[in-house]
Amino acid sequence: MTTPGAPLIEVENLEKDYPTGAGVFQALHGVSLRIAEGEFVAIMGASGSGKSTFMNLLGCLDRPTRGSYHLDGQDVGRLSSDQLAALRNREIGFVFQGFNLLPKLTALDNVALPLMYAGMGREARRRQAQAMLERVGLGERSHHTPLQLSGGQQQRVAIARALATRPRIIFADEPTGNLDSETSRQVMDLFSQFNREEGITLVLVTHEADIAAYARRCIRFQDGRVIEDVAQAEVAA
Amino acid sequence: MIFTSLLETAWHALTTHRMRSFLTMLGMVIGVAAVILMLAIGQGAQAMVRSSIESMGSNLFIIMSGAVSSGGARVATGDAPSLTFDDADAIRDLPDILASAPVSPGGAQLIYGGVNWNTSVYGTTPDYAVVRNWSMASGSFFSDADVRRGARVAVIGGVVARELFGDEDPVGKIIRIKQAPFEVIGVLASKGQSLDGRDQDDTVLVPISSAQQKIFSNTLRNRARFIMVQAVSEKRMDAAEASINELLRSRHRIGLGQDDDFTVRNLTALAETAASTTRIMSLLLGAIAAISLVVGGIGIMNIMLVSVTERTREIGIRMAIGARRRDVLWQFLIEALTLSLFGCGIGLLFGIGGAWLVERLAGLPVAVTPASVLMAVGVSFLIGVFFGFYPARRAAGLDPIDALRSQ
Ligand SMILES: Nc1ncnc2c1ncn2[C@@H]1O[C@H](COP(=O)(O)OP(=O)(O)OP(=O)(O)O)[C@@H](O)[C@H]1O
Ligand SMILES: [Mg+2]
Repeated sequence: MTTPGAPLIEVENLEKDYPTGAGVFQALHGVSLRIAEGEFVAIMGASGSGKSTFMNLLGCLDRPTRGSYHLDGQDVGRLSSDQLAALRNREIGFVFQGFNLLPKLTALDNVALPLMYAGMGREARRRQAQAMLERVGLGERSHHTPLQLSGGQQQRVAIARALATRPRIIFADEPTGNLDSETSRQVMDLFSQFNREEGITLVLVTHEADIAAYARRCIRFQDGRVIEDVAQAEVAA
Repeated sequence: MIFTSLLETAWHALTTHRMRSFLTMLGMVIGVAAVILMLAIGQGAQAMVRSSIESMGSNLFIIMSGAVSSGGARVATGDAPSLTFDDADAIRDLPDILASAPVSPGGAQLIYGGVNWNTSVYGTTPDYAVVRNWSMASGSFFSDADVRRGARVAVIGGVVARELFGDEDPVGKIIRIKQAPFEVIGVLASKGQSLDGRDQDDTVLVPISSAQQKIFSNTLRNRARFIMVQAVSEKRMDAAEASINELLRSRHRIGLGQDDDFTVRNLTALAETAASTTRIMSLLLGAIAAISLVVGGIGIMNIMLVSVTERTREIGIRMAIGARRRDVLWQFLIEALTLSLFGCGIGLLFGIGGAWLVERLAGLPVAVTPASVLMAVGVSFLIGVFFGFYPARRAAGLDPIDALRSQ
């Protein structure tokens, strides 16, 4: 557990270079910020401003070119790829714009997948996955494959999967980007509920102000830099 | 990650692409079936050769009348064999020799009741039974006394007994060999095929004296077409051969530099050559079949590579939710192994079934040994690991973020 007051996420001068045909493209220019446990943060910014790049670094899917990243006091830059995998499995949940469910697996098996990599036995993980699906309101659809589910239902399965191993943080990159406003609202209600009731830290990228309004803090990116970091009340005002 | 989860994942992946998995396995099925079948045929042939060699008798020489030219052809010696009964007796007295039997071979028609049968007739002595390791199914072999007095007695092989007598007991019956009446005094125990494919049970043995007088009506008495000799042991074969050569050259008064009028052949050595020929043949068959097994393995590698490329996004998703590199490696390796071992299992069924059919329909002797089954399983396992490893490592080496971005 975190020592009281210490941030769950702490990045210092984070930079990311992408090699391109025309030399190196720098997508992040010295991003420094802290996120405490239990926060609900929205990240906004124009297309190409580096939001996804930043999320991938926070989610330990990618490594920064320069700068440091401490997750729960651990220097992520020093971890091996196996340790990063374990971190992604236990501490982090992802929700993507495109859902990223495995199309050949049922909803239940998709949700059980992270538990398999956590080393849980078949029966136990199916039980836990079923419970998780019930919490997102899809207990009846556990044996449907993603193709047999609507976009909103698929995203709820993805949320159940992200929460299956009871992680402390959820990173969601435009989770409502493919959904209409009604289903977007359902998905956001789910997120808020888990944040409020379970204290799960939420970092969410969105282009829409009404989605960002669910968060209590809003960070704005522009050209790879943080240009604004404000509390929710100011955004709503 | 637990092993059963890996198997479950592999099974799921393979059953979602049934047709593809089936076709990939087909290469292994055909390879394993071919290896099992070829080994079964080769080992069956070897077993047959081995039993023929055993039935021939051990540590054998055949001494033939007449020389053999350097090219291997018999030099014509007219109708007069150079070997005599006395030569055979003298050879028996050599220190390394156990038994020595002069033989006068020929063909003749046998008649019993209304039935007649053509077979090969050997005029010989009781030593022949020793040399050829013949035992009796019933009755007894003729004696030296029978040979001395030219008794009209015969010992018949199992095939002759069956053809002439059916279920009747042949011992004590009179048969006609080229019109001359002979009393059957014994039936030989069955030996089966000889190395050159002849049925050794289709034969009649009579005293050599009676054969020459009553059957072949030879003008030159006391001469034998060949002499069969058994040495005391395998170790003494070379010494025995040398002393036989020396003895016969002096008995036939062959001077230095003159050609022999006889030929000594080491039959046991010839049989060993035949045995090693079949061994090489069966190895060759197995090797050719093994090539198809390797081709099957390459098929697995090919499909696994396609599969890794196709499933890059899936790999990315698995990594994002916590799969370690070794989990991904195992996933693809187990898939390849499942393909190769399943293919192997089905191939074994087809191979063993095919061997059974070959035995049933073609009458060839086959032998599916536990060793060849174990080898097929082992090789399939190695093929799965060998050809599955490269695609699996490629999958495990993917960068999570690149894999996730791929379409
Ligand atoms: N793999 C890559 N190679 C090269 N350049 C990249 C790569 N990924 C992203 N970029 C560049 O980095 C910049 C930031 O990209 P990023 O995906 O983080 O933007 P974003 O803020 O998420 O945009 P959007 O709102 O459209 O999703 C973009 O200009 C993009 O072209
Ligand atoms: Mg983005």
